[in-house]
Amino acid sequence: MKVFVPIDAAARACGADLVAAAVVSAAGLRGVEVELIRTGTRGMVWLEPLVEVETEAGRMAFGPMTPADVPALFDAPESHPKALGLTEEIPFLKRQTRLTFARCGVIDPLDLAAYEATGGMAGLRKASVTKPEEVVDQIAASGLRGRGGAGFPTGIKWRTVLHAKAPQKYIVCNADEGDSGSFADRMLMEGDPFTLIEGMAIAGIATGATKGFVYIRSEYPDAIRVMREAVVIATRAGMIGASVLGSAHAFDLEIRVGAGAYVCGEETSLLNSLEGKRGVVRAKPPLPALHGFMGRPTVVNNVLSLAAVPWIMAHGAQAYHDIGVGRSRGTIPLQIAGNVKFGGLFETGFGITLGEIVMEIGGGTASGRPVKAVQVGGPLGAYHPVSDFGLAFCYEEFAGQGGLIGHAGLVVHDEAADMLGLARFAMEFCAVESCGKCTPCRIGAVRGVETLDRLRAGDTAALPLIEDLCETMKLGSLCALGGFTPYPVLSAIRNFPEEFMPQQEAAE
Amino acid sequence: MKDAAPVALPPAPARLSEGIAEVLAAHEGQEGALLPILHDLQAEFGYVPPESYDAIAEALRLSRAEVAGVVGFYHDFRAAPAARHVIKLCRAEACQAMNGAATQARLEHALGMKLGETKGNVALEAVYCLGLCACAPAAMVGDRLVGRLDDTAIAAIAEEVRA
Ligand SMILES: Cc1cc2nc3c(=O)[nH]c(=O)nc-3n(C[C@H](O)[C@H](O)[C@H](O)COP(=O)(O)O)c2cc1C
Ligand code: SF4
Ligand code: FES
Repeated sequence: MKVFVPIDAAARACGADLVAAAVVSAAGLRGVEVELIRTGTRGMVWLEPLVEVETEAGRMAFGPMTPADVPALFDAPESHPKALGLTEEIPFLKRQTRLTFARCGVIDPLDLAAYEATGGMAGLRKASVTKPEEVVDQIAASGLRGRGGAGFPTGIKWRTVLHAKAPQKYIVCNADEGDSGSFADRMLMEGDPFTLIEGMAIAGIATGATKGFVYIRSEYPDAIRVMREAVVIATRAGMIGASVLGSAHAFDLEIRVGAGAYVCGEETSLLNSLEGKRGVVRAKPPLPALHGFMGRPTVVNNVLSLAAVPWIMAHGAQAYHDIGVGRSRGTIPLQIAGNVKFGGLFETGFGITLGEIVMEIGGGTASGRPVKAVQVGGPLGAYHPVSDFGLAFCYEEFAGQGGLIGHAGLVVHDEAADMLGLARFAMEFCAVESCGKCTPCRIGAVRGVETLDRLRAGDTAALPLIEDLCETMKLGSLCALGGFTPYPVLSAIRNFPEEFMPQQEAAE
Repeated sequence: MKDAAPVALPPAPARLSEGIAEVLAAHEGQEGALLPILHDLQAEFGYVPPESYDAIAEALRLSRAEVAGVVGFYHDFRAAPAARHVIKLCRAEACQAMNGAATQARLEHALGMKLGETKGNVALEAVYCLGLCACAPAAMVGDRLVGRLDDTAIAAIAEEVRA
């Protein structure tokens, strides 16, 4: 009997380890031989811990499981109260276009043979016998844009690095994933680390970079452990190292750990941190592509940008480009979180509407109360009211509405949300995490907190002040931490004005 | 609750300089070695001993002030030993959306302390997102992650740190 239990951090946080132990002991008691495979997560987090049992018809899902639910898996699986049927038929999973996350939740993340058997390594094999210029052309033609937030075309960035002359170039994977509501990077690194390694090795071949770093935030101990082990396994197997898959290309990879600074997700701050400095943002230009790590040409890409690359190489740029809308091509792994019934990761082509995501896929709020606001794109993203539900999920439409898609995390809030409190939190977060380089960000955010407190206390004069302050932060900040903190604040004011009216009763 | 339960005692000076030398040797020649060194020191001692700054500065050809500046910049690095039990509660938006404020109040009540405080051998700290946003509210107890932080989970945490 083959049983699959996720080892993903979210599944573990919901008790997956206890369930796995219960599987082993229940099998032992019954004298049943069980092969227990710890996988990544399928991303249906509301069903975690999700246990799967292999049958002739396919893998059957059970969840959310507790240790007490385990004995019935052996004794009466057909009538199990947590039975969900065939995993692949669960509508949340069936509706997806899983390219980047195809293997996540399916295989043992560190089983390289299983990785290859499920289509892994095909992209790297192709890239290792292709001219670098042509690899770059493929990525450019696919329409892939950076998934870390800014949406910069990946192919163009790679071309700049390819054509830069330097004794040493680098690939840096940004796995700092600090945005609240985001967990796709973590899920991929824990559930299918070889895909990221493959993407980075392809980037190395395409640009002539022979050294890579993955910079992972310290809040992700599981991802750090899995990635470290995966690098050792991949190196031993010749997937990376002195000769990538037997080719003339070398590519070494090192895992680095952040130290609890949100701003280190900003690429130049990240590079300073990698160099062993304070994570202060650098002025651009020079671009990291030309003067990156140690002043040398460096590709900095998000985990999801790099993890999309193997599929594109294996299946061709056109197949990827065929998915999506407008200038937003391919798939986007949405992370649906907060007060939502069906929270988790949903990979789909661009173009699906916000309303479909929140109401149909997410099932509305977990509390059962009406949705009030959805913050899209992390702590620097706007609060969208229900009237924005017609927006198509793509870079342009959200930008046009004073928002951003960021790293595609969505946090749903129900009626109980305190919008002034959330606006205050945005300012507070900016104050805590500011790198300190520019005054509008460092001091302005502190003033923002104070001013919103005055507004809360009934001071009408504070509202125009907060709007002025937001303008100053937008214009006078070097990076998006100070520059975009006004988005959640101003969108909350614009969309929920009544909550920013001083309390008349209190004043009278 | 008993007062002033001892936190881990600082290591003896000989042990300290030996540990620092070992960590520095392990990172010789590494590009941008400072953060990995600081992480290793903290893993070894539970904090980054200020006694290490001079040795690090010398090994990496930095000034002592530069080393101190880096230690001070990052939220993770501690200049003194941590409490035996560190509980980190997520304060970011997805956790707030799932009754985060009430969860914080209940956890504070159960532990008899406020967020940001250290009492005896327990510290309650804020963290901004643990990547558990689809099973919020979330916390980290030592190195164990806890999602769906309800009253039962809170009681279990209080029990664990009292033991
Ligand atoms: C304050 C701030 C935080 C950021 N955090 C992240 C992050 O956690 N992960 C990420 O990939 N990009 C983050 N970015 C964006 C990066 O600066 C950069 O655009 C990105 O890593 C480039 O990779 P991509 O083109 O693949 O998206 C952040 C930017 C800012 C201003
Ligand atoms: S906006 Fe804030 S975080 Fe960004 S560079 Fe300026 S001070 Fe640093
Ligand atoms: S917002 Fe709390 S875990 Fe992400």
